[in-house]
Amino acid sequence: MKQALIYRDSVKLQQLIRVVMSSLLLGIFWLSSANASPVDTFQFKDEATQMRFQILSKELRCPKCQNQNLADSNSKIAVDLRKSLYNLLQEGKSDQEIIDFMVYRYGDFVLYRPPLKEQTYILWFGPLIILFGFIIGAIFVLRKRNQVKANELDLSVQEQANLDDILNKK
Amino acid sequence: MKSIIRFIPLILFILLGVLLYRGLFLNPQAMPSAMIGKPLPNFQLPTLKATDQLFGRDDLKGNIVLLNVWATWCIQCKYEHPYLLEIALDPRIKLYGLNFTDDLNAALSWLKQYKDPYVFSLFDEQGALGLDIGVFGAPETFVIDHTGIIRKRFAGPINNVVWKEEFLPLIKTLEIEMANGAS
Repeated sequence: MKQALIYRDSVKLQQLIRVVMSSLLLGIFWLSSANASPVDTFQFKDEATQMRFQILSKELRCPKCQNQNLADSNSKIAVDLRKSLYNLLQEGKSDQEIIDFMVYRYGDFVLYRPPLKEQTYILWFGPLIILFGFIIGAIFVLRKRNQVKANELDLSVQEQANLDDILNKK
Repeated sequence: MKSIIRFIPLILFILLGVLLYRGLFLNPQAMPSAMIGKPLPNFQLPTLKATDQLFGRDDLKGNIVLLNVWATWCIQCKYEHPYLLEIALDPRIKLYGLNFTDDLNAALSWLKQYKDPYVFSLFDEQGALGLDIGVFGAPETFVIDHTGIIRKRFAGPINNVVWKEEFLPLIKTLEIEMANGAS
């Protein structure tokens, strides 16, 4: 009897969680579609393409305005590039093909995620190298400090005698 | 050893200062074009003065071709225009225009009013060729060598100083390459 009650409760709880989660997801979805670029009136062939358009136009940087992505910018070139992005998507090009298309024409600059190659090694590994440098430096300094403390405790015979003297006087 | 450690923050500060100071004088618009070293893509476009005909890559004749991207909405193009008229007189180059996402009538009256420096000006209403060669604004000027390879992209208006410093050295290099290729 008790077991059944617990079981019923857990089912109820599961249902509640499901309702909360789905309404949350719906909310996120609604928010993101409300954020869609307000100037364009593109008609997408399906939802997935529209999502890909939104993701790609956020990943690609506007070549002229530099600190904005294609989705945010209203400059002429960004509008044109959004249009060609739309056309490429409608033609059924894959994400990689579209990125290659843009990079071929505008260079790595259009990517907000710089690719890993010789010129960008310093960008990718620089912070790690600096971090390791600091860690090694810290270990070095701390070790030295400990050694100094240990050395200070090594009293010479004369010093030890003096110390004993002082302590014994009391 | 201790004294060196004491100076490390100062040294770091000076290095950072030098780096940031240099950054103050860099031009963030001066980007290398991704198209340099790549062939000029082919195209099918009319010209401003022959809208019923289509022109392609092979119609840009000349050993050293300059392709100047311009539009009537572009203010710096107006500044650049008198210099283009001068440059067009240089016998070593052929200057072509690429009228970029513009209005046909406005462009034609611009050429009438300010004179036409171009052998002809392609009319790229949709910006198709502009996209293919990575144009992000106007004015931009591309240098295409005798083998059809894009050798330079200059973004911004041309004037005498830019012409002397940015273009003439390349033209000389190209002439040497052509002379070597011919022999």
